[in-house]
Amino acid sequence: MITDSLQALASALATRKVSSVELTRQYLERIARHNPQLNAFITVDEAASLTQASAADERLAKGEGGPLTGIPIAHKDIFCAQGWLTTCGSKMLNNFVSPYDAAVIARFKAAGAVLLGKTNMDEFAMGSSNETSFYGPVKNPWKADCVPGGSSGGSAAAVAAVLAPAATGTDTGGSIRQPAALCNLTGMKPTYGVVSRYGMIAFASSLDQAGPLAHSAADCALLLNAMAGFDERDSTSLERPREDYGKELAAAADDRPLAGLKIGLPAEFFDHGCSPDVMQLVEAAIAEYRKLGAETVAVNLPSMQLSVAAYYVIAPAEASSNLARFDGVRYGYRAPEYQDLNDMYSKSRAQGFGAEVKRRILIGTYVLSHGYYDAYYLQAQRIRRLIAMDFAKAFQQCDVILGPTSPSTAFKLGEKAADPVQMYLSDIYTIAVNLAGLPALSIPCGFAGGLPAGLQLIGDYFTESRLLNVAHRYQQASDWHLQRPAGFN
Amino acid sequence: MKAWEVVIGIETHAQLSTTAKIFSGSSTAFGAEPNLQANAVDIALPGVLPVLNKGAVECAIRFGLAVGAEIAPRSVFARKNYFYPDLPKGYQISQYELPVVIGGQLTIALGEDERVVNLTRAHLEEDAGKSLHECPGANFHGRTGIDLNRAGTPLLEIVTEPDMRSSAEAVAYARALHALVRWIGICDGNMQEGSFRCDANVSVRPVGQAEFGTRREIKNLNSFRFMQQAIDYEVQWQIATLEDGGRIEQATVLFDPQSGETRAMRSKEDAHDYRYFPDPDLLPLVIDRQWIDEIARQLPELPAARRDRLTTEYGLSAYDAKLLTTSLELATYYETAVAAAGASGAKPCANWVMVDLTARLNKEELDISQSPVSPEQLGGMVARIVDGTISTNIARKVFDALCNGEGSSADQIIASQGLQQITDSGALETLIDELLAANATMVAEFRAGKEKAFNALVGQAMKATRGKANPQQVNALLRRKLGE
Amino acid sequence: MSLTLEQVHRVAHLARIEISDGEAQNTLGQLNEIFSLIEEMQAVDTRGVEPMAHAQDVAQRLRADRVTESGQRDQRAAFQEIAPETEAGLYLVPKVIE
Repeated sequence: MITDSLQALASALATRKVSSVELTRQYLERIARHNPQLNAFITVDEAASLTQASAADERLAKGEGGPLTGIPIAHKDIFCAQGWLTTCGSKMLNNFVSPYDAAVIARFKAAGAVLLGKTNMDEFAMGSSNETSFYGPVKNPWKADCVPGGSSGGSAAAVAAVLAPAATGTDTGGSIRQPAALCNLTGMKPTYGVVSRYGMIAFASSLDQAGPLAHSAADCALLLNAMAGFDERDSTSLERPREDYGKELAAAADDRPLAGLKIGLPAEFFDHGCSPDVMQLVEAAIAEYRKLGAETVAVNLPSMQLSVAAYYVIAPAEASSNLARFDGVRYGYRAPEYQDLNDMYSKSRAQGFGAEVKRRILIGTYVLSHGYYDAYYLQAQRIRRLIAMDFAKAFQQCDVILGPTSPSTAFKLGEKAADPVQMYLSDIYTIAVNLAGLPALSIPCGFAGGLPAGLQLIGDYFTESRLLNVAHRYQQASDWHLQRPAGFN
Repeated sequence: MKAWEVVIGIETHAQLSTTAKIFSGSSTAFGAEPNLQANAVDIALPGVLPVLNKGAVECAIRFGLAVGAEIAPRSVFARKNYFYPDLPKGYQISQYELPVVIGGQLTIALGEDERVVNLTRAHLEEDAGKSLHECPGANFHGRTGIDLNRAGTPLLEIVTEPDMRSSAEAVAYARALHALVRWIGICDGNMQEGSFRCDANVSVRPVGQAEFGTRREIKNLNSFRFMQQAIDYEVQWQIATLEDGGRIEQATVLFDPQSGETRAMRSKEDAHDYRYFPDPDLLPLVIDRQWIDEIARQLPELPAARRDRLTTEYGLSAYDAKLLTTSLELATYYETAVAAAGASGAKPCANWVMVDLTARLNKEELDISQSPVSPEQLGGMVARIVDGTISTNIARKVFDALCNGEGSSADQIIASQGLQQITDSGALETLIDELLAANATMVAEFRAGKEKAFNALVGQAMKATRGKANPQQVNALLRRKLGE
Repeated sequence: MSLTLEQVHRVAHLARIEISDGEAQNTLGQLNEIFSLIEEMQAVDTRGVEPMAHAQDVAQRLRADRVTESGQRDQRAAFQEIAPETEAGLYLVPKVIE
């Protein structure tokens, strides 16, 4: 029961083969058994989850269930959930029990999904290894001494080890796609504005976007159907007609289901930056796509090489301002001893934030400060425009862009922790997508040395359905996404 | 001794009369219990987001139209970053590089003269909360209490060019602006409650010098009187400092009404590194021509135009027209009264509004919108003066009766209290004949040349008619009878 | 370019993050490495390129001027339950001196 797809779980629930309470209990047991080793969850509240599960069972009994009713879902601890500790991976929010629900939480609630727990993450989503969490690093289920990726590392590890059937994440520079790649999952970052940011604790507001982490593209489509939608409380939420993101998946498969699809291969994704073993797997996936009928074309994203530089100006700048509200006045951590108001601020923030968060606040404060704004912030925003224009041009030549998600498979815990720049460069293939605001996903494409690698597919704005279909067709022809790590039975 | 020129620019924060806050659905009503009007967005819980209130934008457009400014087709909200406990997000959302209103002018009156003050800009922003250092009934152990009810109240910050050259000009500008924002209905102008707050940038320079002196900014002037006092003090302090060979340091100062002095605020060395950048949570504010035109159609006739029309249409003096246009409510009251009185009642209506009604309102501490006499009632009464039904003296009785609610209209009071003027000369003649017969001594005195006796007879006649006789008519009749 | 220790202290103060001399020294080295990565941008000629602040080229949506919530005591109580220090409905902070 437990390793099936969301659709299989939904039909088992609908036909009452299993109840939501039974299902939730099974996952809670798995969490109890394996989480001490993985550290994927920060908060589990069995009673609260089971209460939601029995409410879902009532709905199901009345025949009022939807596709996600009764299905337990783990949520990244960046989403405020009423009555739940919501830490964002930080000591700063170690005591923050949210008084309200994020839009994403409310939408899953409305769909009847069960909140299975809050997953570990890099502090305030700043990190690519889940090592910056105040609650300790998450282990990669595929190899315990490796990182699961970040910042949605807890969500990725939880789903990979089947402690949850699916999870939510957020992606500011690759924080869904990179852990999906490192944990053998399908993870999607939708077009900026498709999922409401209301109640999602902000890191870099113009880049942050929530999305699903699951085993397959089909599961992601179901999850995105629940998550996406206009929200009047978020000014950047886009008013668009409702869409079934799984609509292209149902079409009958033939030998060449992707005939006519043009896949762009940007030279910049295929240069020396990527490890050869990952590149080999990506090449094999390209060959598979050709078999499925797709045609490949060479494209160029010349400004992409500047994406890391621009990102490490824009994201810290926005973060430095977004995180100013954590001042020890209305909620969160306040230092026990201080001299005066400024001392209270400075000590609370010095003690409440971890090293990486402080580093980024300092970078952001500096690039916005008097005399440096034009050279850094405005220049970064101009480069952001150039990157978006590169993509626009590329999409005149192709339908989707393909490349590696991460330049390597999962690296060792501690390997990059002391070297911020090396850590930042692990997002080299994902960051440009956030700067442009495009949708993208990562799907499993094989293993190197026992560790999974991810294939990234990038689409033009609002082409989530097509991206999911392109991923789905590959998953129908391959079984990488069905592999599970050993030792989590 | 050098001659000095004073240079003043004013920044005004006008709280906009919206029902909800600028970025949240909380109420802006004044006086609620602490933090009851502070929702998740206002207290800046993690994850909350701002959405712009259309009403606040409309207020800004109204203002821009009223001062002949350019309404920016695209303006941008920025974050002004600094830490302060009444600023929950750690930044204030304001407009910086691209404000919604650009330029504009305001004409101010200085005695008989008029001057134009140029505006630099007006931009939308959010107000901060309040820091309470003490609160009755609560002991904060030397701590400061934070009330965020005001946080997020919409403000229009209106900035002038350094165009004013004296405290009198500065106050005249502030008064004109105050009248205007109330006139166009974007701000209630309540200075005690902080709805209209001015900061004055003051500098001095030797007459003839082209460049400006170093300015100091006097913060939070919440009355016109304090503004005058603060600027006067500041100017003499700056001149004295310079004449003593000192230098003026750029500073933010506060005015202490008790001492009448200004003093520099505790220096914030990082105060001018606000790290402004476009707020990524808010998209550009786009205002199209159609929306502006729609608001222009709803805009009331502006004070200057109204003044001109009152002089030409009703023949009022410039002075009367100015007094009657100090607020839209007053001007509307006046014109409604004239409509009821008829065109020949225009001048008497002006007098009644400016003298008797104003005195009554002042005495009872009411404003024009709370007047016990409606403009229709006042106009109806003036109509009866104009057509000779009642004298001005009797009208005062009618006015008082209207004020006291003794009747629904002047006509009704005149009828029920029998106040109609006696104009029937036959009846009056009989009455005077009786009077002369009864007062033979006075008649004799008059005939002996004592003019005082005539006045006494007139008085007797008025008394006998309880004031309802037309005094001119009584006069003429008496003269005729006594001359016979 | 590279930062100075004094700039690190100044920025930390602006951001209200207490930083010891030792931490500042350590941070200085890391920031300079990060800035050498960021400096790559400076070589690019971006004249005439409009800065991009948002992922979507859309205008701000406006909310109606309507009160959607107010005066809820239970909401204030819920908000203040998680506050470090409150009294009489107010958030308390060390004394503010103007």
